[in-house]
Amino acid sequence: MAEPVAAPILAVEGLQKRFGGLTALGGIDLAVGKGEVIGIIGANGAGKTTFVNIVTGYLKPSDGRITVNGIDVTGLPPRVMTRRGICRSFQMSQLFASLTCLENLVLAHAAAENGGWKLLADPWTADRLARAEEGLARFGIADYRDARTATLPQGVRKLLDVVLAVAARPHLLLLDEPTSGIASDQRFQIMDVIMGQMAECGVTVLFVEHDMDLVERYARRVLAFLDGRIAADGSVAEVFGHDEVRRAIVGDHRATRRPMGPGQ
Amino acid sequence: MAISLTILMDGLIYAAWLFVVALGMTLIFGVMRILNVAHGSFYAFGAYTMATLLNLITGAGLPFAYGFLAIPLAALAVGGGLGTMMETGVLRWLHGRDEVAAALATFALFLILEDMVPLIWGLDAIPTYQIYGVLGTTDIGGMIFNNYELSFILLAIVVGAITWWGLRHTRQGKIVLAVIHDPEAAQAFGINVRRVFPTVFAIGGVLGALAGAYSAPMITVYPGIGVEAVILAFAVVVIGGLGSVPGAMIGALAVGLARAVAVHLLPQVELFVIYSVMTLVLLFRPSGLFAKPVARRI
Amino acid sequence: MPMPRSTGWLIVIVFGGVALGGLGLPAWMISVGLSAMSQGIVVLGLVVLMRAGLISFGQGLYFGLGGYAVGVLSLEFGITDAFLRVIAAALAAAAVGLLLGCLLRRYRGIFFAMLSLAFSMIFYGLLVKNQNLGSTDGFRVLASTFAGRPPTGGANQLWLFLFACLLSAVCALAVHRYFRSTLGWLATAIRDNETRVEYLGCSVNAAVHLKLVLCSALAGIGGALSAMTVGHIDPAITYWTTSGELVFVAILGGAGSVFAPFLGALVFQVVHTLALAMLPHAWHVILGGVLLASILFMPDGLWSAIARRRERSHG
Repeated sequence: MAEPVAAPILAVEGLQKRFGGLTALGGIDLAVGKGEVIGIIGANGAGKTTFVNIVTGYLKPSDGRITVNGIDVTGLPPRVMTRRGICRSFQMSQLFASLTCLENLVLAHAAAENGGWKLLADPWTADRLARAEEGLARFGIADYRDARTATLPQGVRKLLDVVLAVAARPHLLLLDEPTSGIASDQRFQIMDVIMGQMAECGVTVLFVEHDMDLVERYARRVLAFLDGRIAADGSVAEVFGHDEVRRAIVGDHRATRRPMGPGQ
Repeated sequence: MAISLTILMDGLIYAAWLFVVALGMTLIFGVMRILNVAHGSFYAFGAYTMATLLNLITGAGLPFAYGFLAIPLAALAVGGGLGTMMETGVLRWLHGRDEVAAALATFALFLILEDMVPLIWGLDAIPTYQIYGVLGTTDIGGMIFNNYELSFILLAIVVGAITWWGLRHTRQGKIVLAVIHDPEAAQAFGINVRRVFPTVFAIGGVLGALAGAYSAPMITVYPGIGVEAVILAFAVVVIGGLGSVPGAMIGALAVGLARAVAVHLLPQVELFVIYSVMTLVLLFRPSGLFAKPVARRI
Repeated sequence: MPMPRSTGWLIVIVFGGVALGGLGLPAWMISVGLSAMSQGIVVLGLVVLMRAGLISFGQGLYFGLGGYAVGVLSLEFGITDAFLRVIAAALAAAAVGLLLGCLLRRYRGIFFAMLSLAFSMIFYGLLVKNQNLGSTDGFRVLASTFAGRPPTGGANQLWLFLFACLLSAVCALAVHRYFRSTLGWLATAIRDNETRVEYLGCSVNAAVHLKLVLCSALAGIGGALSAMTVGHIDPAITYWTTSGELVFVAILGGAGSVFAPFLGALVFQVVHTLALAMLPHAWHVILGGVLLASILFMPDGLWSAIARRRERSHG
């Protein structure tokens, strides 16, 4: 199992979520260290997205505690979590549909920096424009600079969703199925871009993913969600070899294969 | 003691009136997601048509009892005719636009229809008292109540029961319930959601017109009655939760009783009380009493 | 991309031109212009909300508050100075907007629209029952004075016209400035995707609340100007038909520019005058018909239909 984390950036204790009679999360304990790259796997309905929604403040937990850098943030709304450096992307990209990519990003920068009277200032500063152009370029979508986001291809939408999350300067980024809806031959390409950028900025990443090849390739640590709890927590090899996980999530063929790391 | 009985009976009669007016409005919203401001016109046209028919009947020397026949006639003619015209002429072309645009369109229709009333029937009130007294009176605990007014409670129970039965036990009703509950899922199960729209709109119209026609003998039929009806019906529908039939019943009772208390004890705050009840409910239940808040999937 | 800075100068030129033209206009055109400008200022506030995807069916509340603030100010304190009147009206309306905003900011779409309507109907009910304020008859509003200048009979209307031009220009400039600010851009963002705005660290409800206060203040200013123009106030100015007419003008003009509300208001005044002449008792038939046509055939409003350019187009 995972080794104890010394000074966790995110710590979750006894996190529970019930919707009426349905228990979506039944007691999650987790400590995330700075710089980790963690993959979250699990069948549909295992509680992965609920977990992301609660940690980022979209839903309130029924029970349990969430701390960020040792400070209790349980039940605080998304805007406060964002200001504490916890950001996320979405299964369904959340963009400003009537604006162009560049406008989306400039506005994201302006909104993320806002404070009181600065809201009354013009968002179109030369500095923000430059940063927005750079952001689009770094994620390889500069060609779509002036396209309205309603017209973008799915892959670009997913990337822009991440770029917008990064605009809020996260310490910890949660990616909710960053490659859903993307053709399998393009998934590695997109994940390469995202993970490369995150590593460069030293951002800690948790990503929810169904594609086990991607999990093997990018995750240093894997959490397997099963019926609202963490069934296994450890390295890729450990988790993929775990009996319950193999039966319920990964499938038998994969456990017999050697985990494939980036260096192999 | 006497005052509380009066308040209770007045409240129940008023609640019955509100329920019949609001039922059509909430049904239309539940299925079509249109807040039909022109519902007030169904009410007004129903009342005016009833008044015209009533005067024709009594003018021809027929017995007053025939006047009761005029009520369903007026409701069906106005609800079916006006409802179908509005649906096919305007609302059909607004599918896919947001709820506010649809409400604005019905507001425009309301403006037109409200001013059609004086064009058709003139500016003066029309007498409709002829059948108000024919049912006699009842003595309840020493208080005298007019039976026609009491019969409104019966009407509300009958209309409510028929609607409830129709929604649960007929094929069409089940489709309507499915659409109210979850339009997308209903569509996924192969229900052509839009095919039920004209029928539902016409039924909502008939209910609104029925309320107007049945009320006509109890009220003064004059220009402006539609506005009053729609504003109160809106408060009822919001309290109960837009689109909820049981909500309309509870909302009608809450508003009806609150108003009766105000009218008898503090008449200057009548309108204030109704909207205060609404504001209070919304403070604690932002979507009304019976509607489920919709969580966005992200 | 940012809106052209030249719009600011255009506002000064347009309203300066209208003011100059006013010197040579016949009295009835002055009066139509005054009505259009007071209505235009209120609708400017509605456009602030419309950009965030919100429509208020109860703007008559703040419009009426502005009017009654002017009336009460002269009734109780004998203050008739036009500038003081407008400031008092704006403050009164903004204060009520701030208070009601605590509840309204949580609502969107049809709930927001109808809850606003409910509040305006409560206010109407209170005014009708209030004998001190003349109940349904209302009361007369004394003519305005301008920085100590006493009213001078017939010329007063011209002074008021010039004042209205100044006020419209100031309001249009302020709203134009607001459109170009981060807060103004956030309106589009909120309309498109509230979830993302929250996840950028901004409070959507707080932004909506600020917009509500701005829009109530503008409605109060318009109401003050209208009361000063008409010289009389009664509860009808807070009735739902007034609110409906304001929404009508907003839809007619569209949200494309700060000029759109004034254009919409001018067209409305002309339609109103013609319709009233044709169908004195039923002019809402024509009004409703025009509104219906503009919803069905010009969803972005008159301004966009004429200008055929989007303010966000790149160039």
